[in-house]
Amino acid sequence: MSRRVVITGVGAVTPLGVGAQTLIDRWSAGESGIEDGFGRCLDFEPLDFLSKKEARRNDRFAQMAIAAGNEAIAQAFGEDGGLPYDPYRVGCVIATGIGGLVSLEREQEKLITKGPKAVSPLAVPLMMGNAAAAAVSMRHGLQGHTYAVSSACAAGNNGIGDAARIIQVGDADAMVTGGAEACITGVATSAFAAMEATSASGISRPFDARRDGFVMGEGAGVLVLEEKEAAEKRGATILGEVTGYGVTADAHHLTAPQPEGEAAAKAIQFALADAGISAVDVDYVNAHGTSTPLNDAAETKAIKAALGERAADIPVSSTKSAIGHLLGAAGAVEAIATIEALRRRQAPPTVGYEEAEEGLDLDYVEGSAKPIVNGVGPVVAISNSFGFGGHNAVLVLSAN
Amino acid sequence: MATQVSNESVEKTIYDGLVELGTERDDLSREATLESLDVDSLDLVELAQIVEDEYGVELKGDDVKDVKTVGEVIDLVVAKAS
Repeated sequence: MSRRVVITGVGAVTPLGVGAQTLIDRWSAGESGIEDGFGRCLDFEPLDFLSKKEARRNDRFAQMAIAAGNEAIAQAFGEDGGLPYDPYRVGCVIATGIGGLVSLEREQEKLITKGPKAVSPLAVPLMMGNAAAAAVSMRHGLQGHTYAVSSACAAGNNGIGDAARIIQVGDADAMVTGGAEACITGVATSAFAAMEATSASGISRPFDARRDGFVMGEGAGVLVLEEKEAAEKRGATILGEVTGYGVTADAHHLTAPQPEGEAAAKAIQFALADAGISAVDVDYVNAHGTSTPLNDAAETKAIKAALGERAADIPVSSTKSAIGHLLGAAGAVEAIATIEALRRRQAPPTVGYEEAEEGLDLDYVEGSAKPIVNGVGPVVAISNSFGFGGHNAVLVLSAN
Repeated sequence: MATQVSNESVEKTIYDGLVELGTERDDLSREATLESLDVDSLDLVELAQIVEDEYGVELKGDDVKDVKTVGEVIDLVVAKAS
């Protein structure tokens, strides 16, 4: 019997507020955390979670990962923070698309205006992509497999999927995993705008005919994964299960998705096969749904190709309609939203979706949340994440 | 580069610098050890940048590797600046 992977803790910092329940409560109610064309985490105060010294030593993306990690670990292991496993059997894989860009841009400015001697010795540990994984590992004494995963906007799903694999092959009993991103900076916003990836209107409305690009968001999502038997033995509360993981690459274009979504559909099929289920078992799709013209069209085709007739029967909604695109944190935050949606048997809406486009004809959950209907057994969702570079990563998640 | 390098002005610079780096002001004294204040090698490099900005004195890793207390840091800067 292969080792199964359950979710026992979740934590999130998102534009809808601090906390995983805040995310799902507010998104389910159709609220949006987007203001003035950005999904900023305005409620996040680093000093609520970090000492002044820790705050100085962590870029914003790592600060958010620490806060989300605290929440997830407290839920899984209790407030005292003691690990129920050998620390060398608990790892930490935290994804990011870009890393500590806020710090990089600040130090670059010092280099240009004041010269090389003004550059902080902290610059490298602040900006390195693995900073969030390192910070969460240090805070909680996690000494197993610990590193960052980077695959642009697919990174969050790759992080969770890889962490699940580490448990499945027996290299860990538990993993703290997720993603973090904070790059609403001059360079990143200018670059995304220059390639016309971001919305000129500042509105995130995935799958809507009027969509004109994604809205940049920031935040972090962290989950605690455990080997199922070990979690049950210690009496953990099980929130859900990571049952499948499928990964492909488009090998097509640096930024544009393959227009027919062929490799994305393959990733969905591989994930279902990994979970040992078929399309009819899927009850909900948490879409990548970026609000770009290309993604939402290609993703719709991919969902139809992979799920066949089932695609038309189930709700498909995009968390990005409420918080924008959290890039390397997106998959992690969306996995948390998906698990909580499954637990509540309720698909949150694609906020702002009103106008259908020809060919984009799935049930995108217009207006308000709707029930997720399943037959017997656990309720099952797929959560899609696709990234620049042609990365496709799909998780199958289930809850009882 | 400042002209006045007195014990008092260096003490103020070091204290302010350590507070900026996250140390509690109430914990600071000449006798306090860097270890007790949780001041590590990265903090010392940042402190050296502050000192160099203020007094033009360059402190290298080797200069501070045997320094144990805040007072010794202050004395070292005063000695280097004189």
